[in-house]
Amino acid sequence: MAQIAPELKYSAEHEWIAADGAGPATIGVSAVAADALGDIVYVDLPEVGAAVTAGETCGEVESTKSVSDLYSPVTGEVVEVNDVVVTEPAVINSDPYGAGWLFKVAVTQEGPLMSAEEYAAANGGEL
Amino acid sequence: MTENHTALYEQHKKAGASFTDFGGWQMPLKYSSELAEHHAVRRSAGLFDLSHMGEVWVTGPDAAAFLDYALAGKLSAIAVGKAKYSLICQEDGGIIDDLITYRRPSSEEGSEKFLVVPNAGNAPVVAAALAERARSGKAGGFDVVVEDASAETSLIAVQGPNAEEILLTLVPAEAHALVTGLKYYAAVEVGITVNGTAQDLLLARTGYTGEDGFEIYIPNEDAAGLWDALLETGAIRGLIPAGLAARDSLRLEAGMPLYGNELSREGNAYAAGLGPVVSLAKESDFVGKAALTEIKSAGAGTTTRRKLVGLKGLGRRAARGHYPVLKDGAVIGEVTSGQPSPTLGYPVALAYVDVEHAALGTVLDIDLRGKTEPFEVVALPFYKRDK
Repeated sequence: MAQIAPELKYSAEHEWIAADGAGPATIGVSAVAADALGDIVYVDLPEVGAAVTAGETCGEVESTKSVSDLYSPVTGEVVEVNDVVVTEPAVINSDPYGAGWLFKVAVTQEGPLMSAEEYAAANGGEL
Repeated sequence: MTENHTALYEQHKKAGASFTDFGGWQMPLKYSSELAEHHAVRRSAGLFDLSHMGEVWVTGPDAAAFLDYALAGKLSAIAVGKAKYSLICQEDGGIIDDLITYRRPSSEEGSEKFLVVPNAGNAPVVAAALAERARSGKAGGFDVVVEDASAETSLIAVQGPNAEEILLTLVPAEAHALVTGLKYYAAVEVGITVNGTAQDLLLARTGYTGEDGFEIYIPNEDAAGLWDALLETGAIRGLIPAGLAARDSLRLEAGMPLYGNELSREGNAYAAGLGPVVSLAKESDFVGKAALTEIKSAGAGTTTRRKLVGLKGLGRRAARGHYPVLKDGAVIGEVTSGQPSPTLGYPVALAYVDVEHAALGTVLDIDLRGKTEPFEVVALPFYKRDK
């Protein structure tokens, strides 16, 4: 069963967010979503400097089987993107909460987020 | 729709499969990574449960003549022991299903025996259509028995360059030549060791992956034993179980149509590039002959306006089923299957496009959720193995 990292918060659209309140927030997709998508072969990320809005699409993640929109869980400005996942998208499957992070945002406002427990209860992952 | 499980359902669960509905069956979509499963079939071997496919036996003195009437191909021309890819069509030429038909030796003097293999969801429809055509196809009906054995029969495929080597480990030495000498699209009864005893099973050198490989027909009660035996002997030869996701990407690379995507009752053999499967030359009438004769003389794709082409993505993003195909901004076609090709490293797709834009080398656009990417019309198959 897909792992859910207990220290992170999650959106209903299966993005995770790591925010300590000080620096920018790091955003990725949950293992539940990565498993459901299958082997990821292409990822389209927002550009550095782009404004993202909580709950709105900001890119897409494509696997051999399907394609899915990427929703930003927060509102703010993109300050960094992970070039590793652009050139090697499989990292999102193998390490979704680590090397497979997607982008970082200087957050002005968070969207509705769930705790790991709430997300696991709704999506059947394993804490 | 009812949820059918194959005799191998517990095997799949144990192996950690995620399941998907296919034609009313709960089938393994993937076990771990569909890419790893795809590559295993191209490089070593993959094991597939195809028990959702149908098995319909047609036997009797008129069996060959009957199938010549009921199907689009000339089945009477196939030799005992050989197989043929064919179509079962409607009167208007629409495709009810694509099939593989095996001619088997008959134990009865003056009788003929064939095994017709339809797709999962179509098996009951095909069996019913065959039974109906047997009754109504000629005055007094054809002297045949149509028996749908789908519910009792499992089908296991071993596909990939190591398939023969793996299979031979379960075949007694004296029967090895039957396997090594088996030609593509041929089948033989061969002793295969399951649960410690050699059983005569129907072994066919056929597949849906573009690789060498075998398909083994086996009664449900022995299927798990054979599955486990193949996994055990195959493990050191690179064999892993492979799900429907890999099966779909493999067949797409091999340019093989999938019923429901490329083939349908609304389409026809000529538009789908399957003209050679239709035998207009056979003397006897067959269901769909008049319509298909007209369609052929009008030219492939002219009655549907569109024909099936292979498309190679020139960008990185893949097309998917039902995406519109554009030329100069106008919709001129629709994708039927598409995804990134794991073997080739670029997106591939099958699409029906207007015949005037179907020439090889034509560059078309596909609307990928609002943004377009260029695709080039290329020859099929996308992938062909080295022989």
